[in-house]
Amino acid sequence: MAYELNGVSYEADEEGYLVDLSAWSKELAELIAQDENIEMNDDAWEVVNFLRNYYEEYQIAPAVRVLTKAVKKSLGPEKGNSKYLYELFPYGPAKQACKIAGLPKPTGCI
Amino acid sequence: MSKMLHLINKSPFDRNNLDSCLRLAAAGSSVLLIEDGVYGAMSKASSAGAVSKRMEDLTFYVLGPDVSARGLDDTPLIDGINVVDYGGFVDLVAEHDVAQSWL
Amino acid sequence: MEPWEEEGPEVVKRFMYVNRKAPYGTIYALECLEVVLIAAAFDQDVSVVFVDDGVCQLKKNQDTAAIGMKNFSNTYRALDDYDVEKIYVEKESLEERGLSAEDLIIPVEVVAAGNLREIMAQQDVVISS
Repeated sequence: MAYELNGVSYEADEEGYLVDLSAWSKELAELIAQDENIEMNDDAWEVVNFLRNYYEEYQIAPAVRVLTKAVKKSLGPEKGNSKYLYELFPYGPAKQACKIAGLPKPTGCI
Repeated sequence: MSKMLHLINKSPFDRNNLDSCLRLAAAGSSVLLIEDGVYGAMSKASSAGAVSKRMEDLTFYVLGPDVSARGLDDTPLIDGINVVDYGGFVDLVAEHDVAQSWL
Repeated sequence: MEPWEEEGPEVVKRFMYVNRKAPYGTIYALECLEVVLIAAAFDQDVSVVFVDDGVCQLKKNQDTAAIGMKNFSNTYRALDDYDVEKIYVEKESLEERGLSAEDLIIPVEVVAAGNLREIMAQQDVVISS
């Protein structure tokens, strides 16, 4: 599949994860989020930006349990818990937020 | 006699490519360590003695980008080994009559 | 059950992953790292061992920019987040390469072959690559 933005086509795999990490932009993230029925408010952006930083540092998209733990460590327990993250990303915080962040599918998800 | 460039791309701890090359390379030849072969350039490794022994009659080179990739920029290399980049690799191939890859 | 509630694993086995290859020259090291992270995400009892050229995977200061490959050495630093805490490096393999624990990107337990032999004998599954 592919995302169309301003007349440019961005290639994605069959599940909607961007093929080229460097093609990502905020605008493209908004488009992918629309596709996922996610409203990109400040809280959602915070998680997406957190994931992009995590990938930058560790070269990996974390599994959901690892994401929850890492968010707890850096943003505190009121955000680093499954309920909060699932409310932002109902179909799986790691899977959906990674997709919006332009990262590969999390390692440890099948 | 043709001037030969020997290419080693396997770790000396994993395969015996480097040992065989050191045993069979004629005096005056060059040896270029690339990919996992660059571990053979570490001076504190147990493989260093065999390389040093032939430092007199062979010329040794190691590919810099492969050294950096493996985190060996901070690790002492055997005295007398020349570090080359990709351009230097091409020059070496051009300067020698024969390039032999030890697989 | 709500989607955020996690079910625990039905069976927990002791999995040991034995890394014996240098990074980048072959795909073994990267593939094994991914398998380790997947196993850890399933709440299994995972230990990771580095012997022979496998110890080179953990060498500090890797910079792959010039060879155009992903520097996955940073991912070993995420093992802690995945609760993989049993990381063993064979002493003999380090010494053979003139390396020490200070040369490695993460804290590890350096063990002599004699002790590693016993740790290996306690595993349910051993996967070597």
